[in-house]
Amino acid sequence: MTPAIELRATRRAFGSVIALDSVSLTVAPGEFFALLGPSGSGKTTCLRLIAGFDQPDSGTILLDGEDVTNTPPFARNVNTVFQDYALFPHMTVAENVAYGLRVRGIAAAERSKQAVAMLDLVRLGEFGARRPHQLSGGQRQRVALARALINRPKVLLLDEPLGALDLKLREEMQAELKGLQQRLGITFVFVTHDQGEALSMADRVAVFSQGRIEQLDTPRELYNRPQTAFVASFVGSANVVGREAARFLTGSSRAFAIRPELIDLLTPDETAADGCVQCAGEVVDVLYHGASSRLRVRVDEHTTLAVARAETMGDGVAGLATGARVRLAWRPEHTVPLQD
Amino acid sequence: MRSEQPRRPSWERPSLLTRVMAAAGLVFLHAPVWVITLYAFTTEDRTYQFPPPGLTLHWFDVAFARNDIWESMRLSLLVASAATLFAIVLGTLAAFALARRTFSGKESITLLFVLPIALPGILTGLALLAGIRTIGLEPGFWTIVAGHATFCLVIVYNNVVARLRRIPPSWVEASMDLGARGHQTFRYVLLPQIATALLAGGMLAFALSFDEIIVTLFTAGHERTLPIWFYSELFRPRERPVTNVVAVVVILVTLAPILLAYYLTRPDERGSD
Repeated sequence: MTPAIELRATRRAFGSVIALDSVSLTVAPGEFFALLGPSGSGKTTCLRLIAGFDQPDSGTILLDGEDVTNTPPFARNVNTVFQDYALFPHMTVAENVAYGLRVRGIAAAERSKQAVAMLDLVRLGEFGARRPHQLSGGQRQRVALARALINRPKVLLLDEPLGALDLKLREEMQAELKGLQQRLGITFVFVTHDQGEALSMADRVAVFSQGRIEQLDTPRELYNRPQTAFVASFVGSANVVGREAARFLTGSSRAFAIRPELIDLLTPDETAADGCVQCAGEVVDVLYHGASSRLRVRVDEHTTLAVARAETMGDGVAGLATGARVRLAWRPEHTVPLQD
Repeated sequence: MRSEQPRRPSWERPSLLTRVMAAAGLVFLHAPVWVITLYAFTTEDRTYQFPPPGLTLHWFDVAFARNDIWESMRLSLLVASAATLFAIVLGTLAAFALARRTFSGKESITLLFVLPIALPGILTGLALLAGIRTIGLEPGFWTIVAGHATFCLVIVYNNVVARLRRIPPSWVEASMDLGARGHQTFRYVLLPQIATALLAGGMLAFALSFDEIIVTLFTAGHERTLPIWFYSELFRPRERPVTNVVAVVVILVTLAPILLAYYLTRPDERGSD
């Protein structure tokens, strides 16, 4: 099957800053694909190259098997939902949604018919006559979505689509976007710096760091088998134990990652199960998160491990304060070896 | 909303002295305008006798009957219209070229665009006259227009640049993304956004051109715009109140577009987001 999107060794530098360093990836048709990374990692540059707002210094971009490296945005069958939504303030909601049809010369009657259908799809059927500034953030986002979908693109690009929304709305929209994508069956590519968002929505995630893809995998693989220290700490904030500390803790000098929730906190009279790695340390601080608590425990001069305890486990986190001596243990099979 | 602002605390309110000074400043600026208006109606035509011995509309009849006034008025309106038109087209093009892009030499080019309004008119006038003579043109209508366009362009440019900078780049990208060609993006997205800036800039440019005299003196040749008519009239005390009548008409003619421009460029209450 022809990939919906293919980047071949695309490189883009701004002055001396290399935003994208020879990145290659393929996105399958109908896939929900996430570009995840911290700011400045190249994920947004990557999206802009696919949309056509920017051109690579070298490399090739293919959409549906066709080389579009030098094709302007208006000639690509790709549409974008912008981070700031980019709704036109002097047009009504319906006019915004119909804009893509208007510039293609489609008659006014047909335009408004399709705009109404699109607004219904995003559950804003009543709002066509309003101006964008009369809508809430979540509603504006859905207008931006309807406007981008009206041209029936093969690929929908979303730039930090949920970034400007508050937590509750963000969770609702995550489900809504996922549902919409499954119903329409078109390829979604979205940029986010929020690993939770990427893990919960995407079929596959490309983790970006410093202009390169660190790892491209399914959310489950990324979470359970991070390949690099960056991925381990960025996705799910695992403890990354470097070679020095690894030698001290396990006797092997292979760097590894371990998730905070997989580290056991032993009571003073408890002994670790057979084969467990054990160490002692001092509590640096305790952060209460409601459903769980998170401790940071210093196990040697240079190494601090995060330990997460679910509130229901009732194993005495409440009694722990800064400076308390604790013992930690984890099963070796729970650790993930990392590439250097 | 302005009316919902809380009352300002006493230490932030202006003192009596500040208020008196401000009022005095306003009187100083505006009293002459009222004096000029008053003497358009006086029955005494030689001296500025105060109070005027009597009031009459006679000078309006005299003024409207004089052909030289109509000629000059017509010329000034034509010049201002033509200069404004040039300024709108060229100023908008310049603003689009310079608003967002960065390229080497951009600062110098911006300075060159803005310079005519900062440069003393007498220099602009001299330079233009020298230029006109050098290429062998006869000073006349089009040379006046060219002279006025130099500074009118700056007004339009500044207005449009300020507006363009407030337009997020994503709007243009969104338009392209949805399939719009350059001219469609301009027509449907950018023009509606800069329309009021163009109107306001155009009106200010018109008002500036309408009463310009220094540059005009150098570039007018034998033509007589309204300001030049005023200037020459100063040395002919006959029918002096006629100049006051024309002044009143000019005040009314220029006030309308300036008030309209002010109204159109007031901070946008709708907001853009």
